[in-house]
Amino acid sequence: MSSGTLYDKVWEKHKVTTLPNGADQLFVGLHLIHEVTSPQAFGMLRERDIDVARPDLTLATVDHIVPTADQSRPYSDDAAEEMMAELEENVRDADIDFLDPTTGEQGIVHVVGPEQGLTQPGKTIVCGDSHTSTHGAFGALAFGIGTSQIRDVLATQTIAMDKQKVRKIQVDGELQEGVEAKDIILEIIRRLGTEGGVGYVYEYAGEAIEDLGMEGRMSICNMSIEGGARAGYVNPDETTYEWLEETDYFQENPGEFERLKPYWESIRSDDDAEYDDVVTIDANELEPVVTWGTTPGQGVGITDPIPEPDTLPEDKQDTARRAQEHMRVEPGDTMEGYDIDVAFLGSCTNARLPDLRRAARIVEGREVHDDVRAMVVPGSQRVQNTAEEEGLKDIFEEAGFDWRNAGCSMCLGMNEDQLEGDEACASSSNRNFIGRQGSKDGRTVLMNPQMVAAAAISGEVTDVRELEEVVSV
Amino acid sequence: MRSEDEPSESSEASHGTAEPSPSPREDGEERPVRADGGDDIDIPSVEAVSGTGIPIRGNDIDTDQIIPARFMKVVTFDGLGEFAFFDLRFDDDDNPKDHPMNEDRYQDASVMVVNSNFGCGSSREHAPQALMRWGIDALIGESFAEIFAGNCLALGIPTVTADTETIEGLQQWVEDNPDGDIDIDVAEETVRYGDTEVDVTVDEGQRKALVDGIWDTTALMKSNEQAIADTAAELPYVEQA
Repeated sequence: MSSGTLYDKVWEKHKVTTLPNGADQLFVGLHLIHEVTSPQAFGMLRERDIDVARPDLTLATVDHIVPTADQSRPYSDDAAEEMMAELEENVRDADIDFLDPTTGEQGIVHVVGPEQGLTQPGKTIVCGDSHTSTHGAFGALAFGIGTSQIRDVLATQTIAMDKQKVRKIQVDGELQEGVEAKDIILEIIRRLGTEGGVGYVYEYAGEAIEDLGMEGRMSICNMSIEGGARAGYVNPDETTYEWLEETDYFQENPGEFERLKPYWESIRSDDDAEYDDVVTIDANELEPVVTWGTTPGQGVGITDPIPEPDTLPEDKQDTARRAQEHMRVEPGDTMEGYDIDVAFLGSCTNARLPDLRRAARIVEGREVHDDVRAMVVPGSQRVQNTAEEEGLKDIFEEAGFDWRNAGCSMCLGMNEDQLEGDEACASSSNRNFIGRQGSKDGRTVLMNPQMVAAAAISGEVTDVRELEEVVSV
Repeated sequence: MRSEDEPSESSEASHGTAEPSPSPREDGEERPVRADGGDDIDIPSVEAVSGTGIPIRGNDIDTDQIIPARFMKVVTFDGLGEFAFFDLRFDDDDNPKDHPMNEDRYQDASVMVVNSNFGCGSSREHAPQALMRWGIDALIGESFAEIFAGNCLALGIPTVTADTETIEGLQQWVEDNPDGDIDIDVAEETVRYGDTEVDVTVDEGQRKALVDGIWDTTALMKSNEQAIADTAAELPYVEQA
């Protein structure tokens, strides 16, 4: 049983009571909603004649279905338009703030929360989206929930949860050139498995984590769920505070930063905190990691051979064989040279400004391969606008990338951005499940944004460190 | 019992029997609409579930497979049943493929028997909603992804677990006995089929919630309004409502 961790402290502060079923009822500090998982919950509330309890602690955005090309209303896709209209009506009726595309603040829910300064240390944050774990990068306790739980939160601003164990993942050392936060989390999932985190919350710590900016920490916490852990977090530090101080929320509420900082400091894990498990990883040894299969745990270093299924744990062998058949890869080969048709730079994992900057430096002065269609989908309108001001848009467009508006896009293919047929995609997103990117024969190779850029240029999976210009994180 | 061919709207009707309380999803009936403010909602206890089985083999079956994202472009859960496992059940021209859910012998099944890490990936409640609306009342598996299991519980669907050997044995038995009843006793943590009874595990919180009929937590939590306000008042970042 853990004690003295951030998780234990934040849990206790938000615990309302223990329910008769043994679960704890927790107060929710921030409830983020979007168009896909919330309409049914609003419908359930209407059936029960219950009002939204705390619209002031609720924030809405639209991301999953929003078109990234032509965003004029009504959307050309009737289903998308209906979902958008339903969300507009629900937030209007309940008086919930909505970052719609006309505000210039719209974006993927896990990009806009931190941008707005509403993702803060020591908060409990929930959203009907499994990548809510992203917000743990700020030392928040953040997790994805289902629609019936959204109903609970809308109705009561609380949620019923069982307390979990805490695993500390200590990442020592320094990342080498071309290796990023994404590679750390892909390596963690590769080692611990896609279900290794079930029943756990992950605390990411160590020199390599502390050295990361907030965006890198978000990339890591984002994919906690791919390793089975519903939440992951990093203890807040000066890097966290610098980000927060710059946000509109703290700029517009003078005194709030200094008033809240002692609370943030108080919920950091104690030096003598006790963990249920500790795992150590050496960042110095990491190289860019890419996936060869159809789960995020099926990853391999770019210079390492794709594993023989027979050498894997017994319960992973069958999945590995089917994955290799689907991906058309051979054990013993490396992923280098794997032909790609599409390059997707986007998603709540890797579509923030530094991600685009690093990729742009790879792309600059080069051209997208003739056989590749390449697209950049910024994580938010803010990211998009800043990137355009910095000239990143020009760099990408001159190289032959399509520059799009903000949204989830080809990460899950709920809008028109989809793989076709058996296209192979070098993707900075988080899931390589069969069918994930919109085509059931599509093939997804997950990798860091620099690697996506390199693949777009060469038309095949490429070790970015072998290109002339390499970017340090 | 469901008898129409799949896929069809009739797949919305469920057919398993929850004992001893009336099933929340009796044949052809919608769940009762709750318009009483949430204080007197009758949430049935789910002490046991009985029905015939359907084996779905494979580890790491993710929610994108259970319900592909394109079927989530809807504002209600109605009608999702026919899209459960759609891409594994139908080809590009919507012709049925080899899949247990397309086989006549499993059309009345209400107990799905799965392997490890079932329901991993996205938090979409559309996944258990689709299975429930196809006719599934309970799942037995080696292990379940956490958010998926929580979503099932919120619908009153047990997700009980057993070791690999037990599950593979049960999957084989279901194949050999598609008309044979599987009796899940949630309270006693046993599963009975044919002449066999095996011990299974039901997470303690889940068991209590199902058996005591407190798996729908809205009313339960709403009744703690004063305690909620007291907790919020102690949090430095929350302004008073």
